[in-house]
Amino acid sequence: MEASTALKVEGVSVQLGGRQILDDITFELRPGELTGLIGSNGAGKTTLFRVILGLQATSAGSVRIGAQGERQGVGYVPQKFLLDPDMPLRGRDLVGLGIDGHRFGLPKPSKTRRQRIQQMLEAVDAQDFADARVGQLSGGEQQRILIAHALISNPQLLLLDEPLANLDLRSAKEVVTLLSRIATEHRVSVLISAHEMNPLLPVMDRIVYLADGRAVSGTADEVIRTDVLSKLYRHHVDVLKVHGRVIVVAGEGDHDDEPDHGPVEII
Amino acid sequence: MSHVLHVLIEPGFFSSSPVRLALAIGGLVASVAAVVGVFTVIRGQAFAGEALGDIGATGGASAYLAGVPALFGFVGFSVAAAGAMELIGIQRVRGRDLATGIVLGAGFGIAALLLYLGTTYDNTSGATVTILFGAIFDLTSPDLPLVLGFGLIVLVTLAVLYRPLMLASISPELAAARGVRVRLVGAAYLISMAVAVALSAVTIGAILSTALLVGPAAAALRLTTRPGRAIATAAVIGVASTWLGVLLAYDSYDWTVKHDRAWPASFFIVTVVLAVYLIAGWFSQSIRRGRSLSA
Ligand SMILES: Nc1ncnc2c1ncn2[C@@H]1O[C@H](COP(=O)(O)OP(=O)(O)OP(=O)(O)O)[C@@H](O)[C@H]1O
Ligand SMILES: [Mg+2]
Repeated sequence: MEASTALKVEGVSVQLGGRQILDDITFELRPGELTGLIGSNGAGKTTLFRVILGLQATSAGSVRIGAQGERQGVGYVPQKFLLDPDMPLRGRDLVGLGIDGHRFGLPKPSKTRRQRIQQMLEAVDAQDFADARVGQLSGGEQQRILIAHALISNPQLLLLDEPLANLDLRSAKEVVTLLSRIATEHRVSVLISAHEMNPLLPVMDRIVYLADGRAVSGTADEVIRTDVLSKLYRHHVDVLKVHGRVIVVAGEGDHDDEPDHGPVEII
Repeated sequence: MSHVLHVLIEPGFFSSSPVRLALAIGGLVASVAAVVGVFTVIRGQAFAGEALGDIGATGGASAYLAGVPALFGFVGFSVAAAGAMELIGIQRVRGRDLATGIVLGAGFGIAALLLYLGTTYDNTSGATVTILFGAIFDLTSPDLPLVLGFGLIVLVTLAVLYRPLMLASISPELAAARGVRVRLVGAAYLISMAVAVALSAVTIGAILSTALLVGPAAAALRLTTRPGRAIATAAVIGVASTWLGVLLAYDSYDWTVKHDRAWPASFFIVTVVLAVYLIAGWFSQSIRRGRSLSA
């Protein structure tokens, strides 16, 4: 069981506009596990997702999804989703496009298709607003619809780019709980990017920590350590644990709260 | 003018063959334009549609000078313009208006020259008015199979592309993640839009052609929450507006003092479309939740 991998990223490097955005990234995801892809703005999280989806060319390395390496088995919830409030599209329609949106021809309505959509909507607790226009839904409601859209094709891998960014604390907690339930119940490997790791700490099985285009991965206890992160950042950082929260601050060896260059990251 | 007199002499509206032809071709064109237009509005490409119509005027003018049917000029130039926009980069959202504007400017300049040449040679402004503002009662029966053929090509293309096009129009990222070739689908759509705009130019003129493209679609979006219903509603609105416009134009003979000329059908069609759009807005606001309009 432990030997099976849902995703294997090996030595991936990406250059964009003459800059090294990702540098020799290596990690593995297992089925049924929830992994956090943690990194600050511009760390390369979205770029890494695009590599996994096959939308971004790499200068080195390889990506393997599941045993057979098929891209079909990937669900994706993008970071940016902008839809005009007037667009005639219900949440239900968007979830339906998750089943067959890539196929040619007109949609073929059927009872089983309707039921499948309804079940998916219930699984993400979206049945109450599934008939409203998607563009008029709140950020958290759209998030659930998009998760349903990504999940309905039964992917073995679910990628969510900053799903918590626009949510308040309570909605974020709900979405995190939902995702962790999905990972276990559907045996899906879930990869969630975030610049703030604390909301994910209670549910994260593993962590991929991204900084300056490089990554370390492992369990939270293996990664969120002063020595490991200092090596990643290539200068000294301190990992502080306060009231069950983790804070990573830049330091010069002492526990200075206000170093010259400010906190590397307050997480 | 001879058609106009002919219409006057005929006893009834439906027994007049120019009227019947106007209703048939007008209805066909309106439904194709409305179906295409729903995607135009969802994709935010109304400006590109307008530009394709204006460049179509260049094609119409060239066709007039060359003595071939205007429809070929409209289609040829609109499709070529769509290709040019695609090359310049209309798929990038930020490049969209830029690519459209550049092609539009160039096309309009040539249209001005050709229309100028056309009118000075013939010493008549009739062609200019026809190309820019349409002459639905001047259509001839050979136009019908042409319009039908082009219209079917567009509808079949959209039926085949329906699901990936819908997904790509809603979110290129979601579509790309599902393996849709977003750029290819977008290019095929742009060409379909060019043909639809060219067809509208035949009935209501190159300048007004976007009214049939985005007007019924924009009204339909206010009335329904579902994509399929929006398309059906838009088609009904487009056809009904065109037919009502034709009827009003026919009636308008009696409105003038000498009863010798009708007001242009394009004016009535565009006005009805605008009225429907405004009523749809009022309707969707007064009834909180948009419902599909069945008639
Ligand atoms: N097409 C591009 N050309 C050049 N540079 C790019 C391109 N796309 C992204 N970058 C750069 O790559 C870096 C990583 O971008 P990416 O979007 O992957 O970051 P991110 O971790 O998702 O950030 P955020 O948390 O803000 O979403 C950024 O510095 C960005 O400026
Ligand atoms: Mg990002």
